[in-house]
Amino acid sequence: MTVLEPRSTETLVSLTIDGRPVTVAAGQTVLDACSAAGVDTPTLCYAENLTPVNACRVCVVEHEGSRTLIPSCSRKAEEGMEIKTNSERVRHSRKMVLEFLGSGVDMSQATQLHSWMEEYGADPSRYGPDAERINEPVKIQDDLYIRDYDKCVLCYKCVEACGDDAQLTFAIAVSGRGFGARISTEYDVTLPDSACVYCGNCVGVCPTGAIQFKTEFDLRQAEQWKPEEQTITQTICSYCGVGCNLEMHVQDNTIVKVTSPSDHSVTHGHLCIKGRFGWTYVQPTINRK
Amino acid sequence: MVGLATVFGAGGGTSSYKEIEETDIILLWGSNAREAHPIYFHHLMQGLQNGARMYAVDPRRTSSSKFADLWLGLELGSDVALANTVANYIITNDLHNKDFIAHSTTGFDAFVESVREYTLERGEELTGVPAAAIAEMARAYATAETAQILWTLGITEHHNAVDNVLSLCNLALLTGHIGKWGSGLVPLRGQNNVQGGGDMGALPNKLPGFQDVSDPDHRAKFEAVYGRPIPPDEGLHLTLMFEAMERGEIIAAYVIGENPADSEADIAHARKLLRGLELLVVQDIFLTRTAELADVVLPASVGWAECDGTVTSSERRVQRVRAAVTPPGQAHHDQDILRDLAHRMGYPEWGDPTPEDLWEELRHLSPMHAGMTYQRLEDESGLQWPCPDIDHPGSPFLHGWLWEDDLGGRAGAPFSAVVAQGPKEELTVEFPLRLTTGRALDSFNTGVQSGAMNSPIRYGNALDMNPVDVARLNLADGETVRVSSPRGSVTMPIRVQPDIPVGLTFTTYHFPELVDINLLTNDAWDKRSGTAEFKAASIRVEKLVSA
Repeated sequence: MTVLEPRSTETLVSLTIDGRPVTVAAGQTVLDACSAAGVDTPTLCYAENLTPVNACRVCVVEHEGSRTLIPSCSRKAEEGMEIKTNSERVRHSRKMVLEFLGSGVDMSQATQLHSWMEEYGADPSRYGPDAERINEPVKIQDDLYIRDYDKCVLCYKCVEACGDDAQLTFAIAVSGRGFGARISTEYDVTLPDSACVYCGNCVGVCPTGAIQFKTEFDLRQAEQWKPEEQTITQTICSYCGVGCNLEMHVQDNTIVKVTSPSDHSVTHGHLCIKGRFGWTYVQPTINRK
Repeated sequence: MVGLATVFGAGGGTSSYKEIEETDIILLWGSNAREAHPIYFHHLMQGLQNGARMYAVDPRRTSSSKFADLWLGLELGSDVALANTVANYIITNDLHNKDFIAHSTTGFDAFVESVREYTLERGEELTGVPAAAIAEMARAYATAETAQILWTLGITEHHNAVDNVLSLCNLALLTGHIGKWGSGLVPLRGQNNVQGGGDMGALPNKLPGFQDVSDPDHRAKFEAVYGRPIPPDEGLHLTLMFEAMERGEIIAAYVIGENPADSEADIAHARKLLRGLELLVVQDIFLTRTAELADVVLPASVGWAECDGTVTSSERRVQRVRAAVTPPGQAHHDQDILRDLAHRMGYPEWGDPTPEDLWEELRHLSPMHAGMTYQRLEDESGLQWPCPDIDHPGSPFLHGWLWEDDLGGRAGAPFSAVVAQGPKEELTVEFPLRLTTGRALDSFNTGVQSGAMNSPIRYGNALDMNPVDVARLNLADGETVRVSSPRGSVTMPIRVQPDIPVGLTFTTYHFPELVDINLLTNDAWDKRSGTAEFKAASIRVEKLVSA
């Protein structure tokens, strides 16, 4: 009789990134190889806990022998690949992608993108003030999270987290075509009337603040959102016995939001409504006197 | 836990979450994990996407059942009958794992006899599940390369809870779906540290690390560190404590982080006993209903957000909790309150240990935790027990010894002959409907924690009823009705719910301030586990007569 052990495969693949040799495990991506080589790659629609959808094209790199640039986040590393991440062609493409996104969308809270825009010299304002915006008021339907469509870059991350990458709830999808495309519930019903289970995993993956914790939104409105003063403490959720890892974001001894590390084996960054929003009872000022 | 410990010698879930992603057949039995354990259900859904087939066994067609390939909607409380029927089908169709049974188990012949009467026809009659569905599940489970059985309170909140668990253990022994990667028996724990509480010796008959209090060698090890003799007698579990209060044998109680004045079955009786105590001390983060009855209230800090320490999850993973905020007002950490109490009771040797000091003490007394330093828990994102030494990687699954040539020097795992019994409380003309209770996604237990969150999807304290029962009683969706059991009566609104079978009703216990549902539930309990039958009471639903 034999004991079955965890399945594992560990074949290695060697390639070069900007001329430097790198070795990664088979199945890892070109993006993983870039990271292993210490190369910072801009990403927007990519997240390590989601399947790549190749929507934003900001992570493209040049592959010797390929006619077009390839998305590094989804392309598996292959033996002998020669990858360029900093060629004129790559830099120009990344600049254009960032500019086009910025010309139609409010990226003011996508802080991670700001340094990349600087790096690639992206200047969305050169398309003029007439570039189209959605221009609609922020949707505030409950106390848990808000939706601000002016900030949405249609990266599909929320759709994937709600759908088959985590939650399998399928409460939201992209509806419409072209500039009219937008993230929507079925028939645009309110979230409580949709299949939404308020896990907030869409909030957890949103890169631009288009879907945002209500607590964060309120503090930003009051100009009291101070990330530089916040501490992040890892702990374990207090509800059921699954033992989900939480990152408590605390400002002035008050919990302002909760996230989960995407690289942890228990949660992969995803939580349920209780874990993500159920901490309110801890707040001394509100509930414990 | 009692059932698993009886068969395998350890009261812990056998498998890692990762294993459900790679298993072939899943039996989700008496668990609505999609709502009660949502992130575990993520792992399970990954398994389904990877090709696993799932059979859901539940009287209700729950939101979890809707992800199953087949839903077996059994009669409430007929779990043993179904498990025995599955076992009999596997045996009579020669699908059992004869090598494994001969090598790793005991009591097979007597077990075969005990299930002989549970033919498919009899099984269908006892459980209400079509014979073809029982046969399909039995065949799928028996012939799978790897398979897991998962359960929650649908199995354990019955008067015959331990029998229920034993009957599921039998299925694993019959097929060898235990002790190897991808196969196992997985009780999903309802509270964030219920596993850890047991690990730390918060059981009437155990010292930390599941070491028997009746074993003189175990006691001697602890006595050497504590400098005090340890009573060799078993203590009482919660249900027995209430019985001892009734007899006047317990006159004082010190309740830490538990709300029995809301959570016990037959709650009016439990509250009367708590009120009758000469001294009730409650240590909690809120002034709960139990605290309102107390002579002394000690305000505590929130374990997972204001204190350092550890908790243990359903996959036996010990993980660190850390203080993120400082507690308000006079609230203190539990360990500091206990330290101050010890000092005032004349025990200065207690000293002033930090949480890590306490953990180090445990590590040296509990062999299964010996390899888990705070540093390793930090570096390795938690560790799964047993982890007996500092180089041990932790244990993803339990009971691999069943597959070793010499069984690791142990006796084989015993089959258990278990007789099917229905719920303690029979349906009568006076109380013709079944009431079962459970959790909703956005709420938790008596609502002490989850009640503060303003959830947009909270449907509240409604009683779910099948449209047929609603029509028969001439009621309307949302109508407030009187609900009575032999123990008490409440008024609450109804919700028409087609997923509930005719004759069954369901509600949560999250809103005791709105509906005192445990006035109705039955405190008939299992002598071995101490768990009350929250899952099955008999009730009557009546139209309110308008004044």
